[in-house]
Amino acid sequence: MQRVSERVIARARELMREGTVNKVAGWKAGEFFYDCAPYVFESEESLKDLVYDRFCAANLSKYMIKNSVAAGAEGGKVLVLLKPCDTYSFNQLLTEHRIARENVYVLGVGCEGMCDIDRIREKGFKGITGVDENADGKTLTVHTLYGDGEVAIDDVLVNKCEFCKGKAHMIFDELISDNEDEGPRGDRFAGVRELEAMSPADRFAFWQSELSKCIRCNACRNACPACSCRKCVFDNDASGIASKANTDSFEEKMFHIIRAFHVAGRCTDCGECTRVCPQGIPLHLFNRKYIKDINEFYGEYAAGAEAGQRGPLINYTVDDIEPAAVSDKGGN
Amino acid sequence: MQPGVVFAQDYQYMCSEAGQNIIKDAIKTHGLTGVVVCSCSPRMHEATFRKAAAQAGLNPFMVEIANIREHCSWIHKDKEEGTEKACVLMRAAVAKVTLNAPLKAGESKVVKRALVIGGGIAGIQTALDIADAGFPVDIVEKNATIGGRMAQLDKTFPTLDCSSCILTPKMVEAKANENIRLITYAEVEEVSGFVGSFKAKIRKKARFVKEDVCTGCGVCMSKCPSKKGLNEFNMGLNNRSAIYIPFAQAIPNVAVIDKEQCIKLKTGKCGLCQKVCTAGAIDYTQQDEFIEEEYGAIVMATGFRPIDASKFDEYSYSTCKDVVTSLELERIMNAAGPTGGVLLRPSDGKHPHSIVFIQCVGSRDVSGRGKPYCSKICCMYTAKHAMLIRDKYPDVEVHVFYIDVRTPGKNFDEFYRRAAEQYDVDYIKGQVGKVYEENGQLVVRGVDLISNEQIVLNADMVVLATAIEPDPTARKVANMLTASIDTNDFITEAHPKLRPVESPTAGIFLSGVCQGPKDIPETVSQAGAAASKVIGLLAKDKLTTNPCVAHSDELLCNGCSCCEKVCPYSAISYETKLINDHGVKETRRVAMVNEALCQGCGACTVVCPSGAMDLKGFSNKQIMAEVDAICL
Repeated sequence: MQRVSERVIARARELMREGTVNKVAGWKAGEFFYDCAPYVFESEESLKDLVYDRFCAANLSKYMIKNSVAAGAEGGKVLVLLKPCDTYSFNQLLTEHRIARENVYVLGVGCEGMCDIDRIREKGFKGITGVDENADGKTLTVHTLYGDGEVAIDDVLVNKCEFCKGKAHMIFDELISDNEDEGPRGDRFAGVRELEAMSPADRFAFWQSELSKCIRCNACRNACPACSCRKCVFDNDASGIASKANTDSFEEKMFHIIRAFHVAGRCTDCGECTRVCPQGIPLHLFNRKYIKDINEFYGEYAAGAEAGQRGPLINYTVDDIEPAAVSDKGGN
Repeated sequence: MQPGVVFAQDYQYMCSEAGQNIIKDAIKTHGLTGVVVCSCSPRMHEATFRKAAAQAGLNPFMVEIANIREHCSWIHKDKEEGTEKACVLMRAAVAKVTLNAPLKAGESKVVKRALVIGGGIAGIQTALDIADAGFPVDIVEKNATIGGRMAQLDKTFPTLDCSSCILTPKMVEAKANENIRLITYAEVEEVSGFVGSFKAKIRKKARFVKEDVCTGCGVCMSKCPSKKGLNEFNMGLNNRSAIYIPFAQAIPNVAVIDKEQCIKLKTGKCGLCQKVCTAGAIDYTQQDEFIEEEYGAIVMATGFRPIDASKFDEYSYSTCKDVVTSLELERIMNAAGPTGGVLLRPSDGKHPHSIVFIQCVGSRDVSGRGKPYCSKICCMYTAKHAMLIRDKYPDVEVHVFYIDVRTPGKNFDEFYRRAAEQYDVDYIKGQVGKVYEENGQLVVRGVDLISNEQIVLNADMVVLATAIEPDPTARKVANMLTASIDTNDFITEAHPKLRPVESPTAGIFLSGVCQGPKDIPETVSQAGAAASKVIGLLAKDKLTTNPCVAHSDELLCNGCSCCEKVCPYSAISYETKLINDHGVKETRRVAMVNEALCQGCGACTVVCPSGAMDLKGFSNKQIMAEVDAICL
């Protein structure tokens, strides 16, 4: 990861210097080393703050909606660093005509999995001051106020990386990666199957308990590349939905279920919703349930695998499956 | 009273003139801005009440119907709960009507030309009747000739007249009528548009024979060295040449080359037919052609086929040559058939002495292998076959296994009784469990339900009265036309009793068996009925359009193309334009609805994530208000 990181940063500087791009969308460390947040760099000088390490999990695709249009207006181009999983979101946004492709230079960056600082803390580390990747590529040395320790990377991956979709980039103008694509990691539908196996009452109780933690901070919505409406129905007084959610005694349920419906078939399973949720709600399970159902009803479909796809839920064809298929497959 | 309601009245026959007058008077007296009628389905009387409202000066789209009959009283047994539900439905309609906006219907043109898909007796009759009224009609037939299934029949019940003798004049008439264009060996590929203004793209498959040059002399057929193609017209009971005219009375009487069988087309060598054709009609380089045409109305007359008898292995159809279907027997009995009309069994060409008929093969079958419906014609054609055989060959014993003999129709029961009583056909009430071959003889094991005995019969031939099913092309055509189909792939009528020849999709009409099993007289009368509906439509100069169409809010539209992808009518396109979003000017891609193409199905409104797409008359807000009225 270290080697890729150096090359990525160097190449970003080069592209900025030679004028290929006038902006770079990447990550910038915050107050703490693990607080890597999306940032748009506008000068070569500012690029000294560009980082690409094990804590750059944020998906930058969504930022291209505004930045690609803005870059075009300025007569320039924006460079975006996309990890393999991020490219699905980028493609999906291209499919939805949201990104001005001609104004974006996609630098595909190799990724070996992002780490979750909370999972590192769960391993018993306190007062963490820094993390270094060891030469074996499999472990991290964790520096703390009380001395150093070691942790296996596999044990501290963020949720979305635990179920990595693969190391292949779906779209790029240039690629910097040492990864070999080993295909998907783990069974991403295992959690969905567990929920499916529950009785409706237990399942309801599970979601009631999870969703009641929601504080409606809208982080999931803000991070989600599929939640990219110019004006969200929840912010639209005229839609009649906003006030409805408030009158319901269990408003978060309404919000998250409607959100899941709105992104169904368009969600690329980038996992940002769960990653950014400050309350730790496993929101990705909603989306994966839809993805699993779509795969089962219509055949394997990966939203964003290529630009210009016609997703099965929003594609009218004369050969469409009849609604009876639901009951034929044991649903109700 | 519900909020907003200023006048309520109970009246038993609101659809009567007196009832309508109550509504009109109330509108005038109370200055009503909306009307809710709690009654039967809007499909019955919405138009009646809208008209009444309009006569009283209210916009007709300010009328809502709460369906408390089909959706409530007819389906619930508990009166109290039913009444409660009726009140809820009323509340939903009141909640909706307060959000209704006056709508105005537009006008659209009527292209005065009809398309008939299918050139069997149904399609021919419909086309003839439309043409007689002075409108041009195109018949698109997938086979090389018109005539359809009826052309394959030998005699017709209950009069026993020769099928081709009564069909051929109709075929000739269709060919001769200057208002009819026959497009044979062709299939409809694409249909777009809407009632009054459909656009169809028709693929005319390459015949490799110039239709306007061929004289139909048939020399090519006799000289063609490839004679292994199965003769479809004779149900595959004999072979035909690679270049062929389906049958003597074919219209157009023009040869066609079967490219799977033609040596020239497959290997490049041969070309015999081209050499012997004095007219110079053969063209091996011919390509499929496309015809694009506009139509005001489209008639589906796609017909049927017998179901595959090999699905019923207990009758050994796939293993014993002497087990045949009724349509195969029809060809065996026909003078132009494979045996020249002499009853000979297929296996060895010998005269059969005993024939067993099995009825309801695949009909009235709820096991899932066959069809749950009665195919309607099998009792009668089996009686016909039995009678004809007994008449021509009195030495042949004829047994018929039946579940019931169904003979509703003019002179039908008399016909059946003649078979049983005068011709001594042995009718056995019961079903057959197994047919198998033993020592070169067919053995039929069945049950006689009247004597309650197992029966074992030896037979020289077994004839299966196979169920009929919609032609497999019907589903594709229906999808293209957005005409709804039922679980058996029959095309659904707009109303099973009151609008039996119309599809719920405006401008699409149904003729013949594509709508449900029928015999010839029924098919012909329905074909005429469909034609009269088409004529009624084409006689109009303008149609009023449905104002309940979708529209997009430019400020909310993401331009994501989701709506465009679900639209079955291709009514949505995109425009990149300067949008002033509360003072911020931005160039955006936004959806536009072509109101003439939109049918108001609402699929776009459901898929639109931002709620930019909305349907007039069924807005998201109105639907939400209804849901609230029901749930809260």
